[in-house]
Amino acid sequence: MEYILIIISAIFVNNIVLAQFLGICPFLGVSGKVKTAVGMGGAVLFVMTLATIVTWLIMTYVLVPFEIQYMQTIAYILVIASLVQMVEIILKKISPSLYQALGVFLPLITTNCAILGVAILVIQKDMDLGQSVVYAVGNALGFMLALVIFAGLREHLDKLPIPKGMKGVPAALVMAGILALAFMGFAGLV
Amino acid sequence: MNNLKNFTKGFIKENPVFILLLGLCPTLGVTTSAINGLGMGLATTFVLVGSNVVVALVKKLIPDKVRIPSFIVIIASFVTIIDLVMAGYVPALYESLGLFIPLIVVNCIVLGRAEAFASKNTVFSSLIDGLGMGLGFAFALTLLGAVREILGSYSIFGYKFINTDGILVFVLAPGAFFGLAYLIALMKKINK
Repeated sequence: MEYILIIISAIFVNNIVLAQFLGICPFLGVSGKVKTAVGMGGAVLFVMTLATIVTWLIMTYVLVPFEIQYMQTIAYILVIASLVQMVEIILKKISPSLYQALGVFLPLITTNCAILGVAILVIQKDMDLGQSVVYAVGNALGFMLALVIFAGLREHLDKLPIPKGMKGVPAALVMAGILALAFMGFAGLV
Repeated sequence: MNNLKNFTKGFIKENPVFILLLGLCPTLGVTTSAINGLGMGLATTFVLVGSNVVVALVKKLIPDKVRIPSFIVIIASFVTIIDLVMAGYVPALYESLGLFIPLIVVNCIVLGRAEAFASKNTVFSSLIDGLGMGLGFAFALTLLGAVREILGSYSIFGYKFINTDGILVFVLAPGAFFGLAYLIALMKKINK
């Protein structure tokens, strides 16, 4: 039950993109088509879960025993960067079809602040390993949901007669705002 | 002249937020008030100037292949410094900026300037570039923060000028998107 609450809260109530403003760059950048949005979401789901597990273990078994928690930022970003690189190499070898689907998105993920953000948040919220994994999966699903909805809307946006000054990014941002407004309706669910 | 151009381009012409659309996560996340925006902007400026100078200093020592990881370590070190300094001296601001301070590490502007400018230019011009871009970022964040604060709580830098509740939506998440959308459209118009 506790895990279900964490997932629902991460996907709907505190949506990582629309309520916490993490991962805006890929949200605006790659969400032109529904298909790419799903690919990006899959890559984020994969890396976010893995990165959260690894960084949680490093925090608990390396940084805390040696009392060097202030190295968190440096350690985390290095771990995430090398993890992404490793995932890319392993995926290429083991599952070329999966690599084909996710490959292009992987390098972009290192600088996706959602990954580092979730890794830091689970420490701030004092979650244990099980909760952290569930939280990471929930947030990744929330990211995917926001991305796919946004991509679906955006495919139609280009065809609408919008004032010239608002074309492109401004119109997309207004739409994101309305989407965020809609997601606020979930507040109070948990 | 060249240095002056380097410095001023970050404000309007190549503003990282309004024109280049970089670093939007902190832009939307922390700008619930003008003072938060300013604080975040100045923290980022510090990291940007520091990393630009160090990258320009050591650019000849770093092999090309490990360039990006080395830049990231340099940036992360400066982020850790500002993180500890802010926690010590401005705890209230540090609390309200929260997660977004460590996340300066993944701000595309910082790595972008290290890669695109500091790794190819002299120490002094990198310093100027970092300062200009950083203050441009701070300007954008303060502007958006001010707009949201004025509309959302009828106050500016904490001074209330109408003694009622504001239009609450501008302080909440959707207001960030709306505010930024119209500021970008306005900047596009000004730049033309």
